[in-house]
Amino acid sequence: MRKRLSRRHIEEMFFLTLMGISLLIVTASLAGILLTVIIKGAPVLTLDMITKTPQGGYYLGKEGGVLNAIIGSLYLAGGGTFLALIVSIPIVLGLNVYARNTRWANFVRLSLDLMWGTPSIVYGAFGFTLMLALGLRASLLAGIIVLALLELPIIARAVDELIRVIPAELEESSFALGATRFETALAVILRQVLPGLATAILLAFGRGIGDAASVLFTAGYTDRIPTSLMDPAASLPLAVFFQLNTPFPEVQQRAYAAALILTIIVLLTSLGSRCLASYLGRYTVK
Amino acid sequence: MTHISIRNLNAHYRDHQALKDIVLDIPRNQITVIIGPSGCGKTTLLKSMNRFLDLVVGTHISGDVLIDGESIYAPGVDVTEVRKKVGLLLQRPFPLPMSIYDNVAYGLRIHNMHKRGRGLDAAVQHYLEMAGLWDEVKDRLHVPAGRLSVGQQQRLCLARGLAVEPEILLGDEPTSALDPPSALHIEKRLLALKEQYTIVLVTHILRQAKRLADYVVFMYLGEMVEHGPAQQVLENPQQERTRAYLEGEI
Ligand SMILES: Nc1ncnc2c1ncn2[C@@H]1O[C@H](COP(=O)(O)OP(=O)(O)OP(=O)(O)O)[C@@H](O)[C@H]1O
Ligand SMILES: [Mg+2]
Repeated sequence: MRKRLSRRHIEEMFFLTLMGISLLIVTASLAGILLTVIIKGAPVLTLDMITKTPQGGYYLGKEGGVLNAIIGSLYLAGGGTFLALIVSIPIVLGLNVYARNTRWANFVRLSLDLMWGTPSIVYGAFGFTLMLALGLRASLLAGIIVLALLELPIIARAVDELIRVIPAELEESSFALGATRFETALAVILRQVLPGLATAILLAFGRGIGDAASVLFTAGYTDRIPTSLMDPAASLPLAVFFQLNTPFPEVQQRAYAAALILTIIVLLTSLGSRCLASYLGRYTVK
Repeated sequence: MTHISIRNLNAHYRDHQALKDIVLDIPRNQITVIIGPSGCGKTTLLKSMNRFLDLVVGTHISGDVLIDGESIYAPGVDVTEVRKKVGLLLQRPFPLPMSIYDNVAYGLRIHNMHKRGRGLDAAVQHYLEMAGLWDEVKDRLHVPAGRLSVGQQQRLCLARGLAVEPEILLGDEPTSALDPPSALHIEKRLLALKEQYTIVLVTHILRQAKRLADYVVFMYLGEMVEHGPAQQVLENPQQERTRAYLEGEI
């Protein structure tokens, strides 16, 4: 058979090649990051690292671990995500159920988009200014609030987009039974986007737990595990930063171990939310 | 006896007039079928009867719709009560994102109807039986409704609508997305249900209109051209435009 190389075939080849290249870039970067963190961090990732707080001389290469930062990060990102979630759900439902495509709704959407694009250091600075004005110290609570602000637009806009593509008939089916907008929002719309919500929460959690700049001034850093919302809290990204900044190679290596721990946490939540999303997706109407 | 009276109803979508001065009495416990070419306002007329036009931004309605002699557009009327009284079957079934059981129970729960009389289980069974779906789903009531076939989903939507105890059932081409056996199944149900309900259907299928209709309304370009007992309008239309439509000329 004669091989035809028409313009359409060349086009097809061209885009296939492009696809291949982008696939390669994505997988290679991920593999590169994972390998660096594993090769440098795994050898020093001992049980001590994840079960002990820094002991005296830890930052000089002596005993201890980063349990303070692990717990701190989980508290900060967990609390921030929870707070962002309970604030964004009413916003999103309000936007879609009552405000719809009004000027006001589009203004809220624009504001959320701008918030999404704002660098996290700005959130940190904003939180810090506010704390100074109120005379507050760096604390777990302040960190959680700033992270919630950082994560809020992610959850709100992701879910907003999901709700906007729900067919109008689904809502109408509920209205036709005499349901109010509120009942429809809770029982039908929210239920329909539940799997997407799980993914949005994961995205937000991922951004929150990986962010250093916003918690630097607001949550502070401490070698202790916080016991109240008013205590300062350590976090993994800052643990990585501080340890990389020391002149001691063995401490720098532990920075990679801390980064590995952070990566594993994000990976686990990612897998967890996938399972959750497919479980919650059972009822979603296609 | 008249169940729904439409009085000088005009409906506009922004500046497009979709209904022009409709005057119509829809008889109780009969199947009224609305026919007419695409875009003539059938859906609009149907949606004026359960206040669904309220949902479309930019609609303007004048005139009135009375159910049992009471205006559904009067100030202070609770829209949710109107919609509870007037069920609607859409062209394509949209099960709610929940189990088969919960789809039927949904309306009972929001209207707090499940606490009185028989229990929720019995009510769900009753309405699924009325819709002719019970035997097919009784062993899997708790699977997601989305797993049913489209024909079964439409019967589920019927059961769900019946569960809130409406007096009137509206159907906007409720069989057009279904395969012929499923469509016939729905038709059989509707014929059985007219003993207890006033049914208003829109259809494009003349044969279906002949099978189901007791009363026929013919619409053309937003106007109601002719209405009357099915036999009369379908066999012996008085208006030239009706005759042209029935013979496939428009
Ligand atoms: N949301 C809307 N906005 C603007 N115009 C609309 C809207 N819905 C319907 N119309 C117009 O109103 C007229 C009547 O529409 P309607 O949907 O009632 O017709 P129909 O008889 O149901 O048609 P079909 O048989 O195709 O379903 C049409 O000209 C249509 O273009
Ligand atoms: Mg229509």
